[in-house]
Amino acid sequence: MTRHLKVDAPIPDSPLDHMAQGVLGKPVSRLEGPLKVTGRATYAAEARPEGLLYGVLVQAAIPAGKVLSIGDAPGAMVVIHDPRLIRYAAQGMATEGPTAGPDEVEYMGQAIAVVVAEALEAAQAAAQALQVTYEAKDVPVDPEAVEPERPEDKQSATGDLDRAMQDASHTLDQIWHTPSHTAAAMEPHAATAEWSGDTLTVRAGYQMLATSREQLADAVGIKPDQVRLLAPYVGGGFGSKLGINADSVAAAIAAQQLGRPVQVVMTRQQVFDLAHRRSETRQRIRLACDTQGKLTGIGHEALVSNLPGVSFSEPVTQATPFTYQAAHRQIVHAIARVHRSCAGSVRAPGEAVGATVFECAMDELAETAGIDPVELRLRNIPDTEPCTGRPFSSHKLAEALREGAARFNWSDRRPTGQRREGDWYIGMGVASAVRVNSLIESRARVTLQADGRAIVETDMTDIGTGSYTILGQIAAETLGLAVDRVEVRLGDSDFPPASGSGGSFGAASSGTSVYLACAEIRSQIAALIGCDEADLTLQNGQVRTGNVSRPLDALLTGELTGDGHLEPGKTEDTVRQATWGSHWAEIAVNRWTGEVRVRRMLGVFACGRVLNEKTARSQCLGGMTFGLGMALTEAMAHDPRDGHIVTRDLAEYHIPCHADVPPLEVHFLTESDTYVGPLHAKGLGELGICGAGAAILNAIHNACGVRVRELPATPDKIIAGLQS
Amino acid sequence: MQISLSVNGTSHELTLDPRTTLLDALRQHLGLTGTKKGCDHGQCGACTVLLDGRRVSACLTLACMVQDQPVTTIEGLGTPEALSPLQQQFLDHDGFQCGYCTPGQICSATAMLKEIAAGWPSHASADLTGPIALTHAEIAERMSGNLCRCAAYANIVDAIRQAAGAQGDAA
Ligand code: FES
Ligand code: FES
Repeated sequence: MTRHLKVDAPIPDSPLDHMAQGVLGKPVSRLEGPLKVTGRATYAAEARPEGLLYGVLVQAAIPAGKVLSIGDAPGAMVVIHDPRLIRYAAQGMATEGPTAGPDEVEYMGQAIAVVVAEALEAAQAAAQALQVTYEAKDVPVDPEAVEPERPEDKQSATGDLDRAMQDASHTLDQIWHTPSHTAAAMEPHAATAEWSGDTLTVRAGYQMLATSREQLADAVGIKPDQVRLLAPYVGGGFGSKLGINADSVAAAIAAQQLGRPVQVVMTRQQVFDLAHRRSETRQRIRLACDTQGKLTGIGHEALVSNLPGVSFSEPVTQATPFTYQAAHRQIVHAIARVHRSCAGSVRAPGEAVGATVFECAMDELAETAGIDPVELRLRNIPDTEPCTGRPFSSHKLAEALREGAARFNWSDRRPTGQRREGDWYIGMGVASAVRVNSLIESRARVTLQADGRAIVETDMTDIGTGSYTILGQIAAETLGLAVDRVEVRLGDSDFPPASGSGGSFGAASSGTSVYLACAEIRSQIAALIGCDEADLTLQNGQVRTGNVSRPLDALLTGELTGDGHLEPGKTEDTVRQATWGSHWAEIAVNRWTGEVRVRRMLGVFACGRVLNEKTARSQCLGGMTFGLGMALTEAMAHDPRDGHIVTRDLAEYHIPCHADVPPLEVHFLTESDTYVGPLHAKGLGELGICGAGAAILNAIHNACGVRVRELPATPDKIIAGLQS
Repeated sequence: MQISLSVNGTSHELTLDPRTTLLDALRQHLGLTGTKKGCDHGQCGACTVLLDGRRVSACLTLACMVQDQPVTTIEGLGTPEALSPLQQQFLDHDGFQCGYCTPGQICSATAMLKEIAAGWPSHASADLTGPIALTHAEIAERMSGNLCRCAAYANIVDAIRQAAGAQGDAA
């Protein structure tokens, strides 16, 4: 039986608050952890079917044009150059394969062929030696040198911002640039494909199986039910594995043509070229406020880029319309069509760069207006969503700011440039954290076996997010079992389709479907013992109602099965759903070298119910560290002549390393959001990055008076600022 | 070519392309996929294994170069049923998320603690010749060859310090 829930109304009284097991929210260690710390968890490239062949992708060496000829590959079995090879990765949640046809080159590095050999070394050497001829054409690669598109539905204005700017006591009007970023998940994209008759099994790194399956079927030219995807362990995603990529399609086609299993693993350099990049942005922010720091005008203009014809454009201004109050507002969104690699979702598309820059602007305005930056934010928090008047499902920004200020000893912060320790200027910075929240349709099946053990099955993935563990905790809580009595099986498209991992919606969406499946089983247990579901208490394998208590396994005569099906409903529209928080950083700037050392960071977050304190904290640490990278080190450089990515390995694109990251503190506010289903939980995989970099950039200014508006704040820019 | 490798106490005779790295030999030919490939260029540390007890990047090591030296991989340090002290602390402290960098971190940390015990100083050491305190900065400095994009860094350092019995000091 399926228990279905469409979230059309708030659920103030969650049944989960009345369960007896007491395991939900607890800092349970990851259920799959022992496999991961001993190297026994097997990732995408770690299947070794009999007769495995190795495929290596060949990339285009021109920015745009046509492939005229592809030579032979001595030492390899075959060069496959099939019209079904895709030009770029699918966007998350797309239900069709992306544009195919490798002969038409759209950007430097596009996959144009795959070389297959018995040995990996032979395939690599042959791919490298392959002769390809092209007819290149001239294309634009600089987003600021073309006339951008301005889609009408992405522009908005209320009141008269220009007028508000003229009339204001204090204003700010500045331009920021953020470079392209990459997810750089530690596991490179890889796929192992195998055919059995006309069905295809692909083991790969995917975040969302259900839609990736449709994309792959479409790309290869078969039906979705002929495709099975496996992704039991995924070595990080951060958006880069939301949709299928060239590895999956090339492996599937090669395995089909050769009648043997084929594995295609991208090199790290290929991951840089072929995984979606986060678009670079140019952002102009205008702010106007009165003498008290009350905002009267907010303007946010964004220029982003993508390939011609690709619908995704970085939603830079996503949170701007509802974060702060102001009567006069304007949003401008422009998209430059250029031939850089394909842009798509990278951890927290929109707010990661949009809120970060906006929070830098708020810091500048605070200084201009002579108001403490925390206070400026507190004075501009809206009661209802500006422009629409919708209520917020829950709003914790003010509490996050106040709590953070106390915990971080914000009152110790000195005016700009006044704190020095030897050769180091010391400064503190703050930023608000905000991220939109959503639910995505999700299904799960739970089987309670006659021996009182439960099995959870859903095609949800665990990309490091903790899905195995929290889904096990939800089932254990609802069924009254110890966590080790629950087995969680994920990452197999034969299981009921879940939301997948992306957009911070995974835990709440798939978690609710698991809860619903367990609730269905509870009602079956209630029927067995002869009581209402509401009068049932399940704890440690005991079933209780009134003064009757029986062991669960004695009550069961066979297995019980429950299916859960969650759909988002009216609360998507009736309220503004978001997660909130605050970021705090203390940094040191070396007066001679311009080096920035982060000394401590604090993140205060409200994300509804915390499902597992330990894994939730880790998600936030990860997000905050992404923010640190964005502020200080991460930049994809594009060659101005042909757009190719110059910093395309981990020695050139600097993600934070151990020595860059100080001890970080995370604090969760108690919150229970009733508009997001019975779990009362919202997403938090992305909130940690939204604004974190701004706290660091603002701290740099507080330390030494330098504003860096061209991210990242590398020493050259700081030194230039210190000198002027 | 014929190559003999000694891995986790077991000898293996393999016929390999001479260009085969130790990393690919482990992963593709011996089925020891616990050692990960993150970059294949010595930039990430995911492939860290112990060669005669010292940490090396298996992607920068050709299999044919190490025929006389014992190799220890993550599979040789512990099993899910019998975790090494470091593995247990990584689990307890959530010193990983996706788990892909984790075998490299744990192999690296295993050898790194021996380097400290042997008195090898680092850039972060207060004194080049005196005893080395297991501070956050000391461990973070020595572990910086092991990247973690999930950024479990803070937890990894805590796990290592706990496993090594370090007391006090947060910085
Ligand atoms: S795979 Fe060897 S250092 Fe990255
Ligand atoms: S745990 Fe994912 S990269 Fe370290």
